[in-house]
Amino acid sequence: MRLELRGITKRYGALVANDHIDLTIAPGQIHGLLGENGAGKTTLMNVLYGLTQPDEGEILIDGRPTTLHSPKDAIKAGIGMVHQHFMLVPVFTVAENVTLGAERTRVLGLLDRRGMRREVRELSERYGLHINPDAYVEDLPVGVQQRVEIVKALVREASVLILDEPTSVLTPGETEELFTIMRQLREGGRSIVFISHKLKEVQAIADTITVIRRGQVVGERSPTATDAELAAAMVGRAVQLQVSKSPAEPGDVVLDVHDLKVVDEHGRAAVDGVTFQVRSGEILGIAGVQGNGQTELCEALMGLRPAAAGSVKLTGREITADSPRQRLRAGIGYIPEDRQEDGLVAEFSVADNLILDVFDRPPYARGVALNLDAIRETALRRVEQFDVRTTSTSTAVGTLSGGNQQKVILAREIGRDLRLLLASQPTRGLDVGSIEFVHRRIIEQRDEGVAVLIISAELDEIYALADRIAVMYEGRITGFRPPTVPVEELGLLMAGGAADGEPT
Amino acid sequence: MSEQPPPPPDDPAGASDPAVTDPAVTEPAGASDPAVTSDPAGPTRPELGQMLLQSIVEGNSVVVTTLAIATGIVIGGLLIAFTDPVVLHAWSTFFAAPGNAIAQAWDTASGAYAAMFDGSIFNPHAVAAAFHGGSVSAVFNPLSETAVNATPLILAGLSVAVAFRAGLFNIGGQSQIIGGLLVATWLGFGVSLPPVIHVVVCVIGAFAGGAALGWVAGVLKARTGAHEVIVTIMLNYVMQYFLAWILGTKAMQRPGRTDLISPVIAGDAHLPLIAGSQLRINASFLLALAAVAGVWWLLNRSTIGFEFRSVGANASAARSAGMSVPRTWILAMLIAGGLAGLAASAVVQGTDFTLTFQSYGTYGIDAITVALLGRARPLGVLLAALLFGALHAGGILMQASTSTPLTIVTVIQSVIVLFVAAPILIRAMFRLREVRGGGTGEALAKGWNG
Repeated sequence: MRLELRGITKRYGALVANDHIDLTIAPGQIHGLLGENGAGKTTLMNVLYGLTQPDEGEILIDGRPTTLHSPKDAIKAGIGMVHQHFMLVPVFTVAENVTLGAERTRVLGLLDRRGMRREVRELSERYGLHINPDAYVEDLPVGVQQRVEIVKALVREASVLILDEPTSVLTPGETEELFTIMRQLREGGRSIVFISHKLKEVQAIADTITVIRRGQVVGERSPTATDAELAAAMVGRAVQLQVSKSPAEPGDVVLDVHDLKVVDEHGRAAVDGVTFQVRSGEILGIAGVQGNGQTELCEALMGLRPAAAGSVKLTGREITADSPRQRLRAGIGYIPEDRQEDGLVAEFSVADNLILDVFDRPPYARGVALNLDAIRETALRRVEQFDVRTTSTSTAVGTLSGGNQQKVILAREIGRDLRLLLASQPTRGLDVGSIEFVHRRIIEQRDEGVAVLIISAELDEIYALADRIAVMYEGRITGFRPPTVPVEELGLLMAGGAADGEPT
Repeated sequence: MSEQPPPPPDDPAGASDPAVTDPAVTEPAGASDPAVTSDPAGPTRPELGQMLLQSIVEGNSVVVTTLAIATGIVIGGLLIAFTDPVVLHAWSTFFAAPGNAIAQAWDTASGAYAAMFDGSIFNPHAVAAAFHGGSVSAVFNPLSETAVNATPLILAGLSVAVAFRAGLFNIGGQSQIIGGLLVATWLGFGVSLPPVIHVVVCVIGAFAGGAALGWVAGVLKARTGAHEVIVTIMLNYVMQYFLAWILGTKAMQRPGRTDLISPVIAGDAHLPLIAGSQLRINASFLLALAAVAGVWWLLNRSTIGFEFRSVGANASAARSAGMSVPRTWILAMLIAGGLAGLAASAVVQGTDFTLTFQSYGTYGIDAITVALLGRARPLGVLLAALLFGALHAGGILMQASTSTPLTIVTVIQSVIVLFVAAPILIRAMFRLREVRGGGTGEALAKGWNG
């Protein structure tokens, strides 16, 4: 099936979300749609999936103009969509979810459960999806849930599959698996629209790349285009993927972690005797494949998870048993891994989120009364300083884009006087522009003498920020390296090879 | 800072576009970022009717609540009409005289509602009588009765609302009311104090009695993780039987009586009447209004409320921000229990002046529906409690003057709450992601998943 969009225009009030977009999706192709957050990618796909109607332009399927009034029409026309946030019922099984809305029945209207399961199993085998049709969706990891969504589209005989930011919720390993599946689907003659703002991934998988900026198609590129070329097309200006920074001038030891052990929910030693130090004015980057104890380490350093053994000292003072509040008061800034779960209260306003961990201290509190004026003033100042794009400081933070949400957290944490900044996956899911902003601010903190600990699964980020790199594997640090270390060597350490144990 | 830089082209567009009617179907354009939480993830339901329903539910709680109340009253009217023997007889001869059947049904329902209105807002006959030298207080009697009936509901409703805003489902209003009743009554008859002080001490005692029981539930949750729904329900039974037992002991039983009733509290401990000796409305209503204002301030203007709301809306973010979630739970349950205890004070010091094994009535459970209808907001609770108070006050007159039983009021209340809560409950049952920033009531039902 050949899908063509011609002159699609979609306006929201004064904003033109899509401005005369032309796009052709050829059969058997993976078509990368690259653009910054807010460039209009999702709007375009919503038009294609019948969720919104374009103000101008037409959609052609195999040369015939088609109007898609609803997702039902789109499904009928052979278009399937995997949303960024999954549309699954957690308490249903995979097979039940897949057939929900497309139930097949036997006599007397009984559900054809066996047929449902068989179909899921067949599709799963054909495309190497490894899904158990009888598993409950709530028990499945995110990556598998995504494959359930793909099966949902396949069952409905989609020949064009739209994947909206599919990798944003995946670990690097899961991303690789997804790419394998995508290639298999392509072999099967289906075409895929891969929406992303991650250059590397689009380069790795797409056959053609269309770059969208400010609602317009900037151009088509081949996957062999360079990073810099694509990035420039995306943001309309040259992006420094490497934020410039001066060499570190490490001072005194601020964070001193000695033989720290942390136990996870299953009683397993998630962090198994870790020793390291972070000095003021330096950035220590902890690299590693996710799930090797980084999350637990970070939580233990914040006091959110008890240390089973070992000690944590902040500027020489033992804080191993301190509460999170005590640690925050002692000058630790914390950027949690999951900003929506741990960093923000989505329903709260931008202003309230900006004081979430200082709300009970002057000037924000006078006794037990909140000082609304001080809160508002601070919010206005921070929003300006950190360029948070929001309609007002009383807007619910949950309605902001991810980049702006992260700016709110960053503004809150580094708005205080810090000794140590603890940042876990600080730029996950952000677009190039926001990443640069966050990186610059983190380096500024370092230059002001704050000790910075970055935990990141993105090697690019580690290279961009770290003055020293520590690699974690299965709860241990397998080595410390300078940021000049070749990727291959880090890769080896991340896979547990060549452990040289003790810090240097 | 009013000069915002222009947002990127399609960032806020999806959210503000009036053409986007159904949040469950339309992804906001800004959602191309993985972290946008406003992204609705309900199942795709393209049917117009459901789209409409959904947007009403998520968009405007005032509309839902109004529609629910209207629906409750209509269904109540149908029930009133079609449980009435006269109406049923008229309908059995429907084909002979269809007009008569419909007229009978209408008369019965409207008659019952008219009586309800007379009993809760004002009675035209009393007004007419007042002009001809009758009693003026009779004019205000219906409003007074509405206020008296609403007072315990306001206070107990606030109790549920406070706990709820901290993410806790306080089903234990009943046990906390009993706690308040016991302390206030005992202080009322067992202690002699100077006039004004006696009232105040009893009110404080009622608060403390309720707070103690709330605290028990809070501590059990904070220390052991016991779910507050289970604990508070069990405490209801514990206190119910404790009350029945202690009323039969020397400590609480009225001398010379064999039934379960306490001595009458001292006159000094009565909450003063505020509109003359003919009307039952008393200072407890003012206390309830003050509590509404106080709870509003606590939730919206104090650091304590900020902590409550943070923990209630996102406990893990609250924890990461250094708040102590267990401590917040304990404090929230303590305050919630105290508010329920004040409801007891309104009962025993305001109207009953004595304690029986049934004094707690159904306030504890009704409070949950009041809080749900009021969307767990102080002003909402006040309005919902006044509505229920009016329904009850009017229902008593309706029962007396027409053949319609008082229980119809319960039916109307239930239908209202059902219509407010149903979409929320369905969402909760299937654990569908709630739309963030949506109505508080949404999360109120979510509390069941704890």
